[in-house]
Amino acid sequence: MVAVVLTMVAGGLMFAALGKDPVAAIRTIFWDPLFHPQFAAYSRPQLLVKAGPLILIAIGLSLGFRAGIWNIGAEGQYILGAICGAGVALAFYPAGGWHIFPLMVLAGALGGWAWAMIPAVLRIKFRTNEILVSLLLVYVAQSLLAAMAVGRMRNPEGGGFPGSRNLAQYPPAANGELIAGTGIHLGVLAAVVAVIAAHVLMQRHILGFNISLAGQAPRAARFAGVSPNRLVLVCLGVSGALAGLAGMFEVSGPSGRLTIDFAHGYGFTAIIVAFLGRLNPIGILLAGLLMALTYIGGELAQFMLQIPRAAIQAFQGMLLFFLLALDLMSNYRVRWLRREVS
Amino acid sequence: MDLSAINPAVLMATVMVAATPILLAALGELVVEKAGVLNLGVEGMMILGAICGFAVAVETGSPVMGFLGGALGGAALSLIFALLTQYLLANQVATGLALTLFGLGFSALIGQGYVGIKPPEWVRLDLGAVSRSPVVGTILLRHDPMVYTGLGFVVAIWAVLKFSRVGLILRAVGENHDAAHALGYKVIRIRILAILFGGAMAGLGGAYLSLMRVPLWTEGMTAGAGWIALALVVFASWRPGRVLLGAYLFGGITVLQLNLQASGVRIPVEYLSMSPYLITILVLVVMSSGRGRAALNAPASLGRNFHATH
Repeated sequence: MVAVVLTMVAGGLMFAALGKDPVAAIRTIFWDPLFHPQFAAYSRPQLLVKAGPLILIAIGLSLGFRAGIWNIGAEGQYILGAICGAGVALAFYPAGGWHIFPLMVLAGALGGWAWAMIPAVLRIKFRTNEILVSLLLVYVAQSLLAAMAVGRMRNPEGGGFPGSRNLAQYPPAANGELIAGTGIHLGVLAAVVAVIAAHVLMQRHILGFNISLAGQAPRAARFAGVSPNRLVLVCLGVSGALAGLAGMFEVSGPSGRLTIDFAHGYGFTAIIVAFLGRLNPIGILLAGLLMALTYIGGELAQFMLQIPRAAIQAFQGMLLFFLLALDLMSNYRVRWLRREVS
Repeated sequence: MDLSAINPAVLMATVMVAATPILLAALGELVVEKAGVLNLGVEGMMILGAICGFAVAVETGSPVMGFLGGALGGAALSLIFALLTQYLLANQVATGLALTLFGLGFSALIGQGYVGIKPPEWVRLDLGAVSRSPVVGTILLRHDPMVYTGLGFVVAIWAVLKFSRVGLILRAVGENHDAAHALGYKVIRIRILAILFGGAMAGLGGAYLSLMRVPLWTEGMTAGAGWIALALVVFASWRPGRVLLGAYLFGGITVLQLNLQASGVRIPVEYLSMSPYLITILVLVVMSSGRGRAALNAPASLGRNFHATH
């Protein structure tokens, strides 16, 4: 929490340097989306729409981060999930039937899982660094997305513009709001389920224990018979599948269409969410909501105060800095000693 | 498709230009990793260097000042990394990622006023008739000074690491920080200096992108060059000479796929633009699998934080 406050102060200074009123900027970002009489009605549902994918991805990432397995390519897995999910829907178009949406969910999860399996298998078989591979695959996924949006999956009735058909207008594939006006769609529910499942896993299941063990004491974990390779497969697989699901829910719901700029950097912001939530499922739930707030507040600030969109990104990065710096205070006890002769 | 339009000499010359940004950034990261620090924020420092260099060059009208500004920008960002990891003992992987995320956002913020402006031109080497000779001159003798500076850095870093006392101390800190500390070297101070040097080099590489290679400023223009530079250090198994080889290899692939795009090969552009990343992954796999030789060359204390207990 101290980190959040410090970020607000530093962010205020940054906005002041941009020549904006810092107090108004901070209020627009953190307060107005929830309580402004005019905008809150629009922003509140948006909060859940944005928080859903962030939480879903961050939960998956936190498992790996706890075990010292760094999947930083969630953005790519998110894109692949969206491509696979949308691919299934477009393959069935314009047929009807109840089976289409479950198939899309499956395809989305499988797509993200398969993309995450590339760094996992390379790490196990060839000891290739999973950080670099998963990140480089993000750029490959972005190119693939562009290829799909202008090629294979382009809307034949779209007048030649890049982008797929609008899935929100194709009822068997649409992931609409469950309760009108709240922003709750299936992806948000899935995020809540993931939080609960991850909490149970980490607190009550041997796998959760093994994950924390491998992260804190790799040698002890090996002696206890924990297979590091299996952990790599599980952690990367779960985070990939969850990121894929997030992408699939996004393309069939709030976004509706597969476009070149479809990904909003959720995969990267989710890394901040995971750390902000201290890799703890409940913490991630709250952190996801806070991060979603900065997204929406950022849009509002852009609109009201002409604060550039990039400022919000810098703001989020700054939050991560303060967080990491303050970890010292929670991980170690700082004792101020006089330098003595030894 | 018309491949005959591609002039091999011009192609080689463009490869040297395309390789320079990743060469500079990878050399900086090599020094950092030799000191036992893993800074994953190269992408962030590069993009900040790109915009700082661009802004300074546009404001002063001097590319030299621009490159200085780029180096300063990269070093300033790496200072945050140094403070967080060396004094506050933060996790190096997470801090590096934070650096990249912050750098991307912050650079876009600074760069708003600079979209669509052309940076000042810089002199090229001109040795009269020799430079205008069709093959050797075109490939080697008609570049801007930064290309040669990059080559100079390769030799200098190789020599310093291999032959000088400074290089020996740096490697000692990277291989075993406890032993180095016991010998009386200031581990933290040496590492911070290495991190600053790495930041300045990444900043130079970024500035080269925005001032020479492209030359324009666009948001997120590094497009993964920082990550490729990181992969290059592994590829080179921490040897400056091999960094040069790797940089030219990746530069070559980038230029080749751009040329193929331009010559109208029937592969869609999107698939061609994936190729540098795919080949980087492939090379990483080959290097790390080859009987673990690349891994054996890694500095032993890489990525481990040091805290003097007494």
